Amino acid sequence: MSKEKHNPMAYAIHVRDLSKFYVVSQQETGTKAAFQNLVHRRKTEVRAVDGISFDIEPGEIVGFLGPNGAGKTTTLKMLSGLLHPTSGELSVLGYVPSKREAVFLRQITLVMGQRNQLVWDIPAELTFELNQVIYRIPRDSYRSMVTELTELLDLGSLLKKPVRNLSLGERMKCEIAAALLHRPGVVFLDEPTIGLDVTMQQRIRTFIAEYNQRSGATVLLTSHYMADVAALCKRVLVIHHGKLLFDGELSGLLQQFTSHKTIIIQLDNCKANLSNYGEVKSYEDGRYTLRVPKAETARVTERLLAELPVIDLLVEEPPIEEVIARVFAQEEK
Amino acid sequence: MKHLIQLYVQQFKTTLAMMFQYRASLVIWTIGQVLEPLVYLIVWLVVAKSSGGSVGSYTTTDFAAYFIVLMLVNQVTYTWIMYEFEHRVREGVLSVALLKPVHPIHSDIADNISSKIITLPIMITIAIIFVFAFHASVAPPLWAILVFIPVLLLAFSVRFVLEWTLAQAAFWTTRVGAINQSYFVAFLFLSGQIAPLTLLPHPVQILSLLLPFRWLISFPVELLLGRLTMVETLIGLGAQFGWLIVSIILLRIVWRAGVKVYTAVGA
Repeated sequence: MSKEKHNPMAYAIHVRDLSKFYVVSQQETGTKAAFQNLVHRRKTEVRAVDGISFDIEPGEIVGFLGPNGAGKTTTLKMLSGLLHPTSGELSVLGYVPSKREAVFLRQITLVMGQRNQLVWDIPAELTFELNQVIYRIPRDSYRSMVTELTELLDLGSLLKKPVRNLSLGERMKCEIAAALLHRPGVVFLDEPTIGLDVTMQQRIRTFIAEYNQRSGATVLLTSHYMADVAALCKRVLVIHHGKLLFDGELSGLLQQFTSHKTIIIQLDNCKANLSNYGEVKSYEDGRYTLRVPKAETARVTERLLAELPVIDLLVEEPPIEEVIARVFAQEEK
Repeated sequence: MKHLIQLYVQQFKTTLAMMFQYRASLVIWTIGQVLEPLVYLIVWLVVAKSSGGSVGSYTTTDFAAYFIVLMLVNQVTYTWIMYEFEHRVREGVLSVALLKPVHPIHSDIADNISSKIITLPIMITIAIIFVFAFHASVAPPLWAILVFIPVLLLAFSVRFVLEWTLAQAAFWTTRVGAINQSYFVAFLFLSGQIAPLTLLPHPVQILSLLLPFRWLISFPVELLLGRLTMVETLIGLGAQFGWLIVSIILLRIVWRAGVKVYTAVGA
């Protein structure tokens, strides 16, 4: 663990034992309960984030995975200074986010897929200009950034139309552009592709990758869509019930959480009993799909090749969605 | 400072663009601003006429002048922040503002000034028409006219800071309606909006001296009507300054505590 020796300041994001607990009052329905509620409210503590630790290097794109209510948004809000942590250590670009210092806020951005900064009734361009002043962006830098973003996101004439006349996807593109005008070094994206069609998701994804490459910005992204994460992030953080379950490369996630692999073989026009090689999942025109324990994959493959007239053989990892779903399902138990 | 001026100029452009989008609501809002003092004016004209042409020191033409000037003073000092803040907190709109490296109050100040600049010419035109329609008479001394401008700006500043502070009750309760209602009723009676304060019972007048409201409406109005002596004017200015300092201190304390609550429970 050489990272532990590292100076926390060298990281773009440094998080140690970060927790956020809420106290919520529970209300039961019914008249009697309503009166009881007046006198005494039952309170429970919700552990939205429960002692997570991770570090992110400058320029990394990291995916934040977890089901609804896992604590992803709470973490992003703590990182951007919108929420005070209950306990733990937290620094972003060397600043303590909850202090919300102007110099810190000028270097970060948080895009929330379900919350807008663009003024609804006027063209996005006016919100852009307002941001230029708010973030003290020099005129030349502002112009070149608008040109760059217009080209990358294909904004074209969108900036001149009232925001309310834009489609969801068009609006999201403008939202993202508005959030990046000040060239933030750290970008938090909370469900940036939510509700968008596949083409638009793809577009936004490509853009994020390009922005990261051009600007060297650190990007932390949450998404429901595995495709977003698979396309953009080498590294993923998996969070569930406020706890960090996994931190590492996406391929490592598959390694760690998959116990089986899938072997697909095409036999030369013959039918064989393959049940002693592994679990036969399907058979069609000489094409078998076998599920075998990961540790035995190599041995089984060898045997299949040696003992059967194999035309084609393919070893596959199970789909990421399936793996993640299994991880969360295991946690529930 | 230069940065703030740039910010205000840019906000002016934004507000202007927004107001052109809401032309109909602008008209309705203006009618409301005119109608309220007009109703009080007509009531008091009826009362004055039925009691021999005057009530206290106010003749019918004095009443007309009082409520026309009041309409303008109210227009300049009015804010709508108390209606808006709850929505910002409840819907999480405030989060977007908190991510910006500028205190959210600046966009409100700029937005407020901008919409005043846009609507003031309309209100002045209406006021001039009313002056002729109701035979209002206003003849203040020159010094009063000169002092009126800073007094009016101070009244706006105090009312803005005070209402911005009160609006933050939304951080602690999701039902700010009751607080707003109490405030507006107190304001209506104790600021001189419903009647000139000298016509109200003595205890109410004493109370009004101790609270901020009269210094925001009644004081500038009476000043421009030439009803105040220089000493009374100085006392009024002192009260305005005092309340400005108090309300700024309150705003800072309440804002800091409010943001703490907001960022504690889920922005």
